[in-house]
Amino acid sequence: MRSHTLHTVLLVSVFSFIDPYLQGQESSGPASPTNLSASDHPWDHGEKIDIQWDDIEKNEQDKVQSYSIYSSRSANPDSFIFVGTIDADISKYTIEKLDRKYSYYFKIIAIDKSGNVSEPAVTLSAISPTRQWFDGRRFPLFIITLIFCGSVVYWIYQARTGIPLKIRKIAGLEAVDEAVGRATEMGRPILFIPGIQDMNEIQTIAGITVLSRVAKVAAEYDAKVEVPTSRSLVMTAARETVQASFLTAGRPESYNQDLVYYVTDEQFGYVAYVQGMMVREKPAACFYMGAFFAESLILAETGNTIGAIQVAGTAMPAQLPFFVAACDYTLIGEEFFAASAYLSGEPDQLGSLKGQDIGKIIVAAGIIIGVTLLTIGTIAGPESGFGSSLIDAAEYLKSVILT
Amino acid sequence: MKRNVPLFITALGGFTLIIAYFIPATQGWGEVAAIWFDILASIAFILGGGNLLKIHLKKVSDKSAGWAYSAITLAAFLTTLFVGLGKVGVNPNPQYPEYSLSGHYREIGSPFWWLYEYAFKPLTATMFAMLAFYISSAAFRAFRAKNLEAILLLGTAFIILLGRTFAGVYLTAWFPDWMSGLKIENLTVFIMSVFNTAGNRAIMIGIALGVASTSLKVLLGVDRSYLGSGED
Repeated sequence: MRSHTLHTVLLVSVFSFIDPYLQGQESSGPASPTNLSASDHPWDHGEKIDIQWDDIEKNEQDKVQSYSIYSSRSANPDSFIFVGTIDADISKYTIEKLDRKYSYYFKIIAIDKSGNVSEPAVTLSAISPTRQWFDGRRFPLFIITLIFCGSVVYWIYQARTGIPLKIRKIAGLEAVDEAVGRATEMGRPILFIPGIQDMNEIQTIAGITVLSRVAKVAAEYDAKVEVPTSRSLVMTAARETVQASFLTAGRPESYNQDLVYYVTDEQFGYVAYVQGMMVREKPAACFYMGAFFAESLILAETGNTIGAIQVAGTAMPAQLPFFVAACDYTLIGEEFFAASAYLSGEPDQLGSLKGQDIGKIIVAAGIIIGVTLLTIGTIAGPESGFGSSLIDAAEYLKSVILT
Repeated sequence: MKRNVPLFITALGGFTLIIAYFIPATQGWGEVAAIWFDILASIAFILGGGNLLKIHLKKVSDKSAGWAYSAITLAAFLTTLFVGLGKVGVNPNPQYPEYSLSGHYREIGSPFWWLYEYAFKPLTATMFAMLAFYISSAAFRAFRAKNLEAILLLGTAFIILLGRTFAGVYLTAWFPDWMSGLKIENLTVFIMSVFNTAGNRAIMIGIALGVASTSLKVLLGVDRSYLGSGED
C-alpha cells in the first residue's frame, strides 16, 4: 500500500516536473494570426476572395516564417483543403478559382522555422464570391477609349462630308514613287520586307498597306517587286495585296505570285537568305516596313553597301536608330501607321488621322496635369497635407486611371 | 463577298475582344483567340513549306542563278524534316517502352538535337555576330560631324560610350564630390534616364496612338489595303 502511494506521488511529481516543458513546447510555437477576415475580391468574375489578418507584432516577427492557408465549404475542421503558403511578412492573400455557387470558410496557420505550427485562425462566417459584370478598375480607361474611338469615328464621318483635311508631307512616303522609278530605270528589282512577325502584329498589317502602294506603282512602271516573307500567313496576305494592286494598276497579267514567297520562320535564317539575295540580285530599292529586331541593321547595312535607295518604317523604338543610320528615309512610329492614309489620300483615312490628334490632346493633358501635380506637390513638401494629397492624386492618375 | 466576310470576321473578333477587356467574365477570351491564331498559323506552315519546296525545286530545275543554294536549302529542309518528324535515333519514353516514337524529338544526343546544337545554333550565332561589324560601319557613318545636330549626336554618343567603359569611369574618378554630377558614369545615367527616356516615351506615345487608330480603321473596314485594293 505504502509502495503504491509512493509510486503515485513519484508519478505525480514526475508529471508535474515534465508538464511545464510540454506546455512550454506548445507555447513555443508561433502565436496564432489575429483578426482574420475575408471579403469578396473586387471587380472579378466571382471566383476570388481576399483574406487578410493583422501584421505580426515585432516581438513575434523572428518566430514566424510562413503562413499556410486553407479553405473549406463547411466549418468542419477536417474538411479544410490546403491552398498555399506565403511568407510571414505578408498579411493578405487572394484565393482564386473558387465557385460562386458555394460559401467558403478560410483557415490560416502560422509556422515557425522549426516547423512548429500555431493554433489555427478561422473565419467566423462563410463567404461566397460575387460576380461583377464590369471591371470598375478599367472604367477610366473605358472612358478614354470611348473618347478616342468616338473622335476617330467622328472625324471619319466629318471627312466624308467633304471637309478639307491637311496632312504634313512625310518625306519617306514621298520617296516611294522615286524609289520605284529608280529601280525601273536601272532595270533592277524592288525588295519589300514586311517585317518578321505574323499577321497578328499590327506593324505587319501597316507594312502590307504600304506594300499595296509600292506594288501598284511598280505595276504601273512595269517593275519587279520581290517579297520574301518569314511567315506563311504574311505570304498569303502579301500575295492577295500585290495581286489586287496589279489589278488596280490595270496590269493583272504582269503579276507573278512566285515573287511573293516564304523563306523561313527563323530570324537569322531569314536574314541570311535575304542578305544573300540582296548581294546577288542587287535590288535598286529596298523597303523595310514592319516589326524588326536585331536583323534590322544587317539588312539595312547590306542594302546600303549595294547602293540601294532604302525606305524603312517600324514601330520598334530600339531599331529606329539603326534604320535612321543606314536608310535614306525612315518612318518613325506614328508616321509608319499614317502611311496608309497618306498614300491612299482617301478622306475616310485622313479623317482617322485627325481623330488621332484628339488622342494626342488627351495624352498632352494627362502629362501636363501629372507634371503639375507632382511639381507643386514636391514644392509644397510631401509632409504637408496639401503636398501629400497632390502627390497622391498624381499617383492615382498614374496607377489607376492610366493603368 | 470575298472581302466582306473577312471584314465581318475581323470587326466581330476585334470589337468583341475590346469589349471583353472590360468585362471580367470574358477577360480570358483574348487568350482563346491567341490559341486559335496559333492553330491557324500552324496549318499555314504547311502552305509555307509547300511554297519553299516549289520555289527552290523550280530554281534547281531551271538551273537559275544561285541554284546550288536552293539545292542546299532543299537538302537541309528535307533532312531536318525527316529526322524531326521521324524521331530518328530517339529512344522510347521509359513510361512507354513499347512505342518507339514515344520519346522526345529533341532528346539529348539524338540526330535532331545534334543538328540543332551543331548546325543550326552556330549558324544563327554567326549571323548574329556579324551585327557587331555592321554596327561599327553604321556608327562610322552616323557619327560624322557634318552639322550642329550631328555634332550633338556625336558628343552624346561619345559620353555614353565612354561612360560604359572602365576607362571612362577612371578618367573622371578624380573629380571632387561637388562635381560628382559631371563624372562620366553619372552623365551617362543622366542622359539615358532624362533625354533618352523623354524622347523614347514621345515616340512610344505616338506609336500607341497610331496602333489604336490603325486598329480602329481595320476593324471599321476603313482601311482595306491589307486585303488588297479598297474595292469589292
